[in-house]
Amino acid sequence: MKIYYFAWVRDYVGYSYENISCPKSVKTIEQLAHYLKKQSDGHALAFEDLNVIRAAINHQFVANDSKVKDTDEVAFFPPVTGG
Amino acid sequence: MIRVSIQQEELDVTAEIQMMRSRSVGAITTFLGTVRDASQDSSLVSLTLEHYPGMSEKALDDIACKAMKKWSLESITIIHRVGKLEPAEIIVFVGCASAHRHDAFDGCQYVMDFLKTDAPFWKAEETKEGVVWITERETDKRAAENWLLHEPNKID
Repeated sequence: MKIYYFAWVRDYVGYSYENISCPKSVKTIEQLAHYLKKQSDGHALAFEDLNVIRAAINHQFVANDSKVKDTDEVAFFPPVTGG
Repeated sequence: MIRVSIQQEELDVTAEIQMMRSRSVGAITTFLGTVRDASQDSSLVSLTLEHYPGMSEKALDDIACKAMKKWSLESITIIHRVGKLEPAEIIVFVGCASAHRHDAFDGCQYVMDFLKTDAPFWKAEETKEGVVWITERETDKRAAENWLLHEPNKID
């Protein structure tokens, strides 16, 4: 699964992209976030409070309970602040 | 017609307005968002704009498409800058061209309100204290939500 990180989420994780194989038990964005949290100290800091993290699947904003597939492009980032 | 650009380069406001003029257009509204120094001691050095390439273009196009459906607009131009910007530089340009002014005014405000909440851009402020990511504003969320509650008035 292709995973992109932006803004301070990327700063904590330490890189902007990773391609990972998730265990079968990971079926939603929330489960993916909990799985990623355990990958490194940086991931743990980035995913410490899921209330301040937003996600996108294949370039669409999604809710925490959205289903993810291995072929999806997923992104995690803070609430947007453009304009 | 919808035109979207995400770019590092400065933009030419006059040229953008010129491109929206036509025989059937009677009103063009534009909005410019600029880099404001909101620090306590006026020490803002720069503002860095980051985006999600691929998704950001699509998000701006989606917002423009919704505005075109909601109001009678001939064209919408959205230009969002990314990278490192200095205080007072232009961050974003939104232009709406219409036969009449009300659609142009409302369309422009609608695009900006949704751009604040529905487009993947992030700002980091650099002051002498260091670099800090800006957090979302509750008022921006409410501004976008208000459009979903109230249908626009159609006035000629």
